[in-house]
Amino acid sequence: MDTIFALATAQGKAGVAVVRISGPSAFLACKTLCGAVPEPRKSALRRLTASDGVLLDQALVLAFKTGHSFTGEDVVELHLHGSVAIVRAVLAELGAMDGLRMAEAGEFTRRALENYQLDLAQIEGLSDLIEAESEAQRRQAIRVFEGKLGDKAEDWRRDLIRAAALIEATIDFADEEVPVDVMPEVSELLIKVEISLLEEAEGAKIAERIREGFEVAIIGAPNSGKSTLLNRLAGREAAITSEYAGTTRDVIEVRMDLNGLPVTLLDTAGLRDTDDPIEGIGIDRAVERATKADLRVFLLSDEPLSLEPSDEDIVLRGKADVTSGAMPGISGKTGEGVSTLVDRISDILSERASGVKTAIRERHRVAIEQGIAGITAAKRSLDLGGEFSDLAAEDIRSVVRSLDSLVGRVDVEHLLDEIFSSFCIGK
Amino acid sequence: MKQFDVIVIGGGHAGADAAHAAARMGVNTALVTLSRGDLGVMSCNPAIGGLGKGHLVREIDALDGVMGVVADKAGIQFRLLNRRKGPAVQGPRAQADRKIYRREMLALTETQEKLTIVEGEAADFIMNDDRVCGVVLADGAELASNSVILTTGTFLRGVIHIGPEQSQGGRMGDKPSVKLAERIEEFGLPLGRLKTGTPPRLDGRTIKWDLLDAQPGDDDPVQFSFLSEGVSAPQVTCGITHTNEKTHQIIRDNLDKSAMYGGHIEGVGPRYCPSIEDKIVRFADKTSHQIFLEPEGADDHTVYPNGISTSLPVEVQEDYVHSIFGLEDAVILQPGYAIEYDYVDPRALSRTLEVKTVPGLYLAGQINGTTGYEEAAAQGLVAGLNTALAAQGRDQITFSRTDSYIGVMIDDLVTRGVAEPYRMFTSRAEFRLALRADNADQRLTPLGIELGLVGEHRKKVFEGKMGLLHEARARISDKAYTPTQLKTAGLSVNLDGTKRSGVDLLSYPDFTFETLIGLEPTLADIEPAIQEQISRDALYHNYIERQKRDVEAMKRDEGQKIPVDFAFSHVEGLSNELKGKLERVRPETLGQAGRIDGMTPAALTLLLAKIRQASRKRAAK
Repeated sequence: MDTIFALATAQGKAGVAVVRISGPSAFLACKTLCGAVPEPRKSALRRLTASDGVLLDQALVLAFKTGHSFTGEDVVELHLHGSVAIVRAVLAELGAMDGLRMAEAGEFTRRALENYQLDLAQIEGLSDLIEAESEAQRRQAIRVFEGKLGDKAEDWRRDLIRAAALIEATIDFADEEVPVDVMPEVSELLIKVEISLLEEAEGAKIAERIREGFEVAIIGAPNSGKSTLLNRLAGREAAITSEYAGTTRDVIEVRMDLNGLPVTLLDTAGLRDTDDPIEGIGIDRAVERATKADLRVFLLSDEPLSLEPSDEDIVLRGKADVTSGAMPGISGKTGEGVSTLVDRISDILSERASGVKTAIRERHRVAIEQGIAGITAAKRSLDLGGEFSDLAAEDIRSVVRSLDSLVGRVDVEHLLDEIFSSFCIGK
Repeated sequence: MKQFDVIVIGGGHAGADAAHAAARMGVNTALVTLSRGDLGVMSCNPAIGGLGKGHLVREIDALDGVMGVVADKAGIQFRLLNRRKGPAVQGPRAQADRKIYRREMLALTETQEKLTIVEGEAADFIMNDDRVCGVVLADGAELASNSVILTTGTFLRGVIHIGPEQSQGGRMGDKPSVKLAERIEEFGLPLGRLKTGTPPRLDGRTIKWDLLDAQPGDDDPVQFSFLSEGVSAPQVTCGITHTNEKTHQIIRDNLDKSAMYGGHIEGVGPRYCPSIEDKIVRFADKTSHQIFLEPEGADDHTVYPNGISTSLPVEVQEDYVHSIFGLEDAVILQPGYAIEYDYVDPRALSRTLEVKTVPGLYLAGQINGTTGYEEAAAQGLVAGLNTALAAQGRDQITFSRTDSYIGVMIDDLVTRGVAEPYRMFTSRAEFRLALRADNADQRLTPLGIELGLVGEHRKKVFEGKMGLLHEARARISDKAYTPTQLKTAGLSVNLDGTKRSGVDLLSYPDFTFETLIGLEPTLADIEPAIQEQISRDALYHNYIERQKRDVEAMKRDEGQKIPVDFAFSHVEGLSNELKGKLERVRPETLGQAGRIDGMTPAALTLLLAKIRQASRKRAAK
């Protein structure tokens, strides 16, 4: 039986990347990488070194003995820092070991099935289980953020419990000495949560850009040096460059790492009036993509452009090697101005990236947006007056339900705890 | 040996509704009580209903139970709590006349067919292996039965505390049933300890009523029973007074003499019903607490001062009572006391309230860690119904969180156990907008009719009401109005071209039935009660629609049964903590498992996979 390994977490940059190794040689592989296998089911911090002695990463390492692991075999989990480079290096190191190979898609699950001799019902259950790991990932994410999302969620949770408890106190303890008008405090709490949620929703959108990459379009008249610049930036011949204007008829994308930020550069067709229908389509696409892009780099020449740069866009004099003027120039050919451009792009994008709050996953964003909708409804119910506090309470419950995955389940016992600790209930 | 189908031990509120439910189902039922005079005794505050509790009484009534009917006859002050809030959170409440309550309960019990009152002390069970199949009385008489419902409240190791003095007993004046308690101890059921308190009872003739604020009942009393048609007992007014700094000082000075603060009590008391000592210690910054002076009967001088329960010595009680405005000369008829008692961890029960490890034995009421007459009666009804079904060889019935407060309570009890005496609140019901006091009959009476739990009279009344309701609803749904029509009638709606039916319009918070009649004068002939019911259903319509998915999800999980003998401890991949909790609760459905504290979606999915595997293996055998 081969020993298999794979990245168990999603590809790409993340706080933590887990590499899972399963099979008879798993412990040996672990020993080779980090010296000693941790005591089964106890985590240990280990330095992972390559066969040439180079330090790969410092990782949390877990070992599980046969019969006590996900696959039923000896399993080792390496909780790496979630860098693409680290993961690549570690996988390469494992791949070089005897008897180890990269797992096929679903192979861990299949081994788990085989070893437990599962039936169809369990396979179905397991696929659910894999989906449900998002719950576990939630916890992991919170740990990764060193409690940042946790702290925030804890604030929301506290405020929502307080708001719900205030309303419930006036409903369930109407006969008691609870303050009659709790609504101003409820409104205040809801608005506070709402503002924070709105910030997070905005940040989550940017977070999505960070995961998928910012789009930067290079715009200019035909033959203004766009493709040459792209090639210079990409360091390879991604776009065909030639002396003839109008060479780039479609949008060419090059994904690259710009000072740590994922950026997709778009080389677009030169903008000009044309009778060539195919070039015309290319220009339309160029305009469309450029408009949607996060940032545009305009390479100006003498020809007027049909697209106006916006405030944040970068405007440069193209082909600086053969043109001159007061405007800062750039030349893909000589490299003049290229590093300045890279710095400017990454400055602008970093500034935007700093808008990312703590919610970064699509799931977070969906939950947050539902939460915001719930708060809007709750505020509307509150405005109707105390007569409709039962509806407001239900709206707040719906907010809590939406944010359940972030703030954790809020139980009626939590509301009662808050009520009993705040008010002297009991006549 | 006398033979019964069901024996109920205890004639309190759980016992009464248990015995009546079993008898209504048509099985031979015995109600064993020390004295028939004990039936319907209210040992604490003589009030029925309230928020959440009123809902329970309505549900008991919808299933033709006795509590609502008797409380309506005994009611000497009716108040609908939260009258100014949404109908979902309104709770009917009544002060009851103790004597009338007992009289009416006894009369109903004596005339109920298939129900025999047996006066005597239940001393032991008749056992057949590990199955309970009868009761031995203290005089040696034996009664055989298919199952036994134990509703003996606080009798397990009950201790009464008045200051440093202690006495054994379940209630002032009652002797504890030692033998039976020993037998129950042998069952090895998990027990916990709780406490509760009562205030000193005052002689109403020595209270200066004319100086105090009065709290009258509602002008238009809302009663409990869907069958009641008006108040019959004379109505009274309650008084309101307050504790003051002097009262608080007296209590602070004597805290060490309080049974509770003196360290004599280990049981956990209810946070929603703290003793006056507790209030003063925990809310030290409050300089005054409200006290409701509630007469215990129309022709009874005893007054229940609600809000000052205590376990202080008698002389301190005298002192602090006399420090209160209006009570300067008040005579204490019976001192306040705290009572400590064992309860059975209700997680040892199935949702029919049968003890899982002792077939044939059902527990209902305070013995399960609940407090309140209403909670007790509702459990009694569930146990009575299910013992009868078992005796008839029929499938048993469980209630769900999606259909009733009864379902919410039973699920809370058997899934989560209790940490303090369990009391119903409307906030415990996640679907409370749908589970209203006003629609308890629509929710539950059809089930009661189907089971045979509901008698002919109620069936006729209910079907009559439903006929009117359907007819009226059809008339209102049939008509639709264009925005222009509505605008002409002076109503502001979006001019979006959408036609709105009468029911749509009633779902707008500010749209009343009168406005609808303004649009459609022919609707004026619909009975006011029916108008109100339709308006209420419409008001919550949109919210209830939105909750439907949650209800469906819950029902789906409730539908996934877990085999009774399922070995939770053998499920690979569950944490030891969760295994322990699952073994203790032994959830009957996946839904119930999901509500266990600390359960994760992953663990639940794993559980589901294992359950399916187990049931497939079973099917293959």
